Amino acid sequence: MSVTPPLAIINARLMLPGETQPVAGVLRCVDGHIAAVGPQVAPEQSDAIHDAGGKLVTPGLVDFGTFAVDKPAFHFGGIVRAAVMPDNGMLDVPSRVRFVASSGKPDFWVHPLAAATQGLEGTRLAEFGLMKDAGAKAVATGRRWIADSGTMLRVLQYAAMLDLVVCTHAEDAGLTGNAVATAGEMATRLGLPSAPAEAEALALARDIALAEIAGARLHVRQVTTAAGLDLVRAAKARGLPVTAGVTPAHFMLSDIAVAEFRTFMRLSPPLRAEQDRKAVIAAIADGTIDVIASGHDPRGPEGKRLPFADSEPGMAGAETLLPLTLNLVRDEVISMAHAFELLATNPARLLGVNSGRLEAGAEADVAVIDPDRPWIVDSSQMEASAGNTPFDRQPVQGRSVALFKGGAQVA
Amino acid sequence: MTSPASSYPPGSAAFPHRDLVGIGGLAPHELLFLLDEAEQWVGFNRLSQKHDDRLAGLTIINAFFENSTRTLLSFEIAGKRLGADVVNMHAGQSSIKKGETLIDTAMTLNAMHADAIVIRHGSSGAVQLIADKVDCPVLNAGDGQHEHPTQALLDALTIRHARGRIYGLTVVICGDLLHSRVARSNILCLTSLGARVRVCAPPALMPAAIEQMKVEPFHQFDKALEGADVVMMLRLQNERMEGQFIPSPREYRHLYGLTEERLARTCPDTLVMHPGPMNRGIEIDSNVADLVDRSLITRQVEMGVAIRMACLDVLTRGVRQVEGWQ
Repeated sequence: MSVTPPLAIINARLMLPGETQPVAGVLRCVDGHIAAVGPQVAPEQSDAIHDAGGKLVTPGLVDFGTFAVDKPAFHFGGIVRAAVMPDNGMLDVPSRVRFVASSGKPDFWVHPLAAATQGLEGTRLAEFGLMKDAGAKAVATGRRWIADSGTMLRVLQYAAMLDLVVCTHAEDAGLTGNAVATAGEMATRLGLPSAPAEAEALALARDIALAEIAGARLHVRQVTTAAGLDLVRAAKARGLPVTAGVTPAHFMLSDIAVAEFRTFMRLSPPLRAEQDRKAVIAAIADGTIDVIASGHDPRGPEGKRLPFADSEPGMAGAETLLPLTLNLVRDEVISMAHAFELLATNPARLLGVNSGRLEAGAEADVAVIDPDRPWIVDSSQMEASAGNTPFDRQPVQGRSVALFKGGAQVA
Repeated sequence: MTSPASSYPPGSAAFPHRDLVGIGGLAPHELLFLLDEAEQWVGFNRLSQKHDDRLAGLTIINAFFENSTRTLLSFEIAGKRLGADVVNMHAGQSSIKKGETLIDTAMTLNAMHADAIVIRHGSSGAVQLIADKVDCPVLNAGDGQHEHPTQALLDALTIRHARGRIYGLTVVICGDLLHSRVARSNILCLTSLGARVRVCAPPALMPAAIEQMKVEPFHQFDKALEGADVVMMLRLQNERMEGQFIPSPREYRHLYGLTEERLARTCPDTLVMHPGPMNRGIEIDSNVADLVDRSLITRQVEMGVAIRMACLDVLTRGVRQVEGWQ
């Protein structure tokens, strides 16, 4: 095994835990871990030097809940680890989990999320004890909700015993049916099959109640409505271990974007009304939402160049996760420190991995970021395996300019 | 009574669109322009010799990805009466079933140098998707639950013929609004032309936020019918009748069927319309559908051919180099 030489990142504005503003200083990595970091740290003689040039130095991003392992896109976006959903490749047996867990190393770490039920069909429990030993870091219900409450309770109880978080998709299947849009004026005008936004709160209310019975940790991968966020807020106030995530689509866009049947706007859950978008922003600001993730799900033209209702849901999001989250900092919704808690610290903690913070002893997963650098999203020139971004041709700000995984530069 | 009364900008400025994908996006004067253009064909179609050569040499493809008898026939007759070479493509006979994508089919049709393509497809937005990929005018003959613009235009023409105007009339649209492209196009067209539109359906068949489309929603049919000038019944799809959306056809008839007794309680001159095909005895009773002085149902079919002739004529003026439309 090759040993990475000691490294010092100098001229850094460090995003340190507990600090609201960046601090000028140096970060030293030895043997793949952060050896020392802070304003008083100095490089040592033997260190390789990386001059950050006064740029922001942050934890590498940890992306919770992606559908593809798409290394170039993740590296472009400053992401060093991704927790991959069990849907593609069906991670319901230990052998596949083990394969996926090692598939990105050394320069990108993939953390498989074990399928909660066999074939993700929502009926029989999968072997998540064995899958945990094979490298699974959490359990997930996949793209779908588990409709049977008895099955979901047993999933939560079993996961609690193994101390694994259960990541759920909150849309009541009976209400959603074949819906591809949120019920409302836009879906009505376009004649798209739609479901009420309340499908989310219904699913969430049940899952929170079951998680409380089971004493399980519940992570709702995407909470996208005001009513759903209120339930999460209330659960947290009662001290329940419930966490929530969202992707930039649901704080940047509302269902108005679906007009003209743009299939890059076909997402799951579907885009919501404007007041729900505002509720998501408020929930990010007040800490109800813990994680912002890319939901990275590249889809080629064969999945997207179709009539809206026939197209596949999902967006390529790895490259735009950072700049779109930084929009919230520029809009003074959150502080820079809070942004990296959402993008790195919190998802790493949910997964139980020693990353996501610039602290001595943590793995040296570090990004050098120019938060103001302007660029234009171009769906035809993306690093991702497909360019299905809802943000095509949009000017954004913020780029990862260097990325380190375990102290070795990977981008 | 129904002579063209409107004045328009000259030439193609009267209808500056390559395609007819929906009523949405058309200005009121553009709708009136199409209605007025159709007037000449109403009289023409009643002649014994009804042949015009203005589309001679042009190829029109009717690409129907969803079953249709009436609309397809109407478009075919319209094209042929104007002298065009009309070709019909049915999805059942096409390579769609062999896995070809919609875009590939569109590119294939395009490569055959059609001068206009008429499309019906089961998915909302599919016609726009094809229109974006081909070089010739595209006419929407119904896309999913989105729009069916020529149906709305022929309904407007029928109403104008019967009542002399559309502005200020109260029109009730009753039935499965949730799944109806006819309803959506009619709502857009009639409200744009100044009619008051009421919609009536059981809650399960009423689209969310429908009032945002400038209509007044009702659940009680008798209330909706009060003072109505026109009542437009929608077809109840067979597959939606049993249990899922409504308890049973006979219960539907009880609450929403246009029966003789119910019609008798309305104004004596309320007119009856239905886009067809009808479920006689469910949403409309036979003796209502066949009322000679009040039912416009066969008149709608007649106006359909005239409207489609007008649309084909107007949309091909560019390729035919008509003065002012090049």
